[in-house]
Amino acid sequence: MFYREAGDFKTTYADDSQTFPIKFDRYRYYLVLAVAFGVIPFIINDYWANAVLLPFLIYAIAAIGLNILVGYAGQVSLGSGGFMAVGAYATYKLMTSFPDVNIFFHVIIAGGITALVGVMFGLPSLRIKGFYLAVSTLAAQFFLVWLFNRVPWFYNYSASGQISSPERTVFGYAVTGPNAETWVAYLFCLVFVTISAIIARNLTRGASGRRWMAIRDMDIAAEIIGVNPLKAKLTAFAVSSFFIGIAGALFFAVYLGSAEVGDTFGTTKSFLLLFMVIIGGLGSIFGSFAGAAFLVVLPVLLKNVLVAGLGWPTDTAAHLEILIIGGLIITFLIAEPHGLAQLWRVAKEKLRLWPFPH
Amino acid sequence: MSDNSQDISQGGYTTVDGRKIGGVMMEMKNITLRFGGVVAISDISFNIHEGEIRAIIGPNGAGKSSMLNVISGFYNPQEGEVWFHGAKRPNMRPYQVAEQGIARTFQNIALFEGMSVLDNVMTGRLTKMKSGMFAQALWKGKAEQEEFENREVVEKIIDFLEIQAIRKTPVARLPYGLKKRVELARALAAEPKLLLLDEPMAGMNVEEKEDMSRFILDVNDEFGTTIALIEHDMGVVMDLSDRVVVMDYGRKIGDGTPAEVLANQDVIDAYLGVSHD
Repeated sequence: MFYREAGDFKTTYADDSQTFPIKFDRYRYYLVLAVAFGVIPFIINDYWANAVLLPFLIYAIAAIGLNILVGYAGQVSLGSGGFMAVGAYATYKLMTSFPDVNIFFHVIIAGGITALVGVMFGLPSLRIKGFYLAVSTLAAQFFLVWLFNRVPWFYNYSASGQISSPERTVFGYAVTGPNAETWVAYLFCLVFVTISAIIARNLTRGASGRRWMAIRDMDIAAEIIGVNPLKAKLTAFAVSSFFIGIAGALFFAVYLGSAEVGDTFGTTKSFLLLFMVIIGGLGSIFGSFAGAAFLVVLPVLLKNVLVAGLGWPTDTAAHLEILIIGGLIITFLIAEPHGLAQLWRVAKEKLRLWPFPH
Repeated sequence: MSDNSQDISQGGYTTVDGRKIGGVMMEMKNITLRFGGVVAISDISFNIHEGEIRAIIGPNGAGKSSMLNVISGFYNPQEGEVWFHGAKRPNMRPYQVAEQGIARTFQNIALFEGMSVLDNVMTGRLTKMKSGMFAQALWKGKAEQEEFENREVVEKIIDFLEIQAIRKTPVARLPYGLKKRVELARALAAEPKLLLLDEPMAGMNVEEKEDMSRFILDVNDEFGTTIALIEHDMGVVMDLSDRVVVMDYGRKIGDGTPAEVLANQDVIDAYLGVSHD
């Protein structure tokens, strides 16, 4: 009933290859955008922004990035925490070295720097695959964290070894620093999420996406039809790291305000991102959002239910929360190995016929 | 061994059914391919003319697939030369060979299972898509234009192979026979000068074989594509091909028109065995 294609004739290839070919889908997408840009900034409060919305948006960018690498190009990476750190430290250095330049550009340049670092650590992917590649990207994770810990230049020789973001403004509104208002920070991140998602979608539905997926599905056949595996894999690493770098920059500068590399961008972060991508659905932009939402919202929801709803002591709840999340992830992956995106796809197939399935 | 190959080694010739065949397109000169101590191909020379259907046959393990892999750049032979369009080809990676206009299908289907039929066939056009990352990211200008131009070519091939109805179906859901056809579509999408088919009829029933034979002949006829194929079904080989190379244990034991090859004593021995009494 909702996702009906009947009567919706495509007469050009442009119509046929658009992101949301079904009318209902397209309007729903416009509605989500309208609410995100037009309604939420006015009703946002600190708790919602810091507990749910900001981390969700930022993790969504990182998950999109990792999904391009793991889901589309089939190269497993456990280095995403390290790449986020590159983005964070790059913005920090840029913000402190060039205070006159708008932070918007700092974040993008930080993404670019992360892309270069990503390509460098992507080089082993030309020789090794699968688990072995995962291990070699783990080396990137450890090396980068060590680097940012040990070389004082990266944290401007501060005594604590921490980096903290100075106040920077966009159109006169503070985005970073203690005076930043929540709705500004939210909008700033939202702009990046929207642009990232659109770019990722455009890349994955076109020639680059086909090159990546060809390498993922069967690298030998991909090479035979003319895909240069070196170029395909390295562009995947570059684009993926670009987004992860932007996410790292936003995570540090806008969300946290200050960071210490080992705590913030450790292996835990790498695994968290990988879980988001797997739970959300490999090879799906929507899945990246769904996975990020799942892992950001679930702990908040559980905390509210256990502490506020059932009146458990906070520390007991905190421990059980981890157990419950772990259990849910396992149950979920057994029930639907292809992630939330697949559930969504199945639901759409069903909705096309509803309420007359025969 | 037949002398026919000498007669027509350089210029064109006319086939039994009256088709005009062009000059030599690809020439394999004294190819030897070894894997460690195993000699897969030993000192084989043959050529492929422009516009002909050339079959490579032989018992299992004769080195036919290895030969195809040499042509498509998977293996670089230890000895011998590959000449393509009158120029000696240096050692190349498979994707460089693809850029030269050589496409192939595989014995065990090698489609991209996670993609739709349309996307799979579109991958065949990747060598023609040169737009940069930035244009692609914005889906504007050259990237968009390229996408739709190539889509148009792909749609023609989808029509040609009669797979319109499954255009948007994920490949993993298709039955075997259709997968084979999609793989042919992907190879054709590259508009190759030389099309290599590794056992295009393997595992098919008679009807599917007839369909596939018709497609192969149509491709050769309508697009003028030169075809080299490996096949075990002798009936199909003899009906389709203009000239046949026969291999056994990595050596060439026969070369010529189907009729000549069938009359060749070495070929008969290889296929039926030799009596020792």
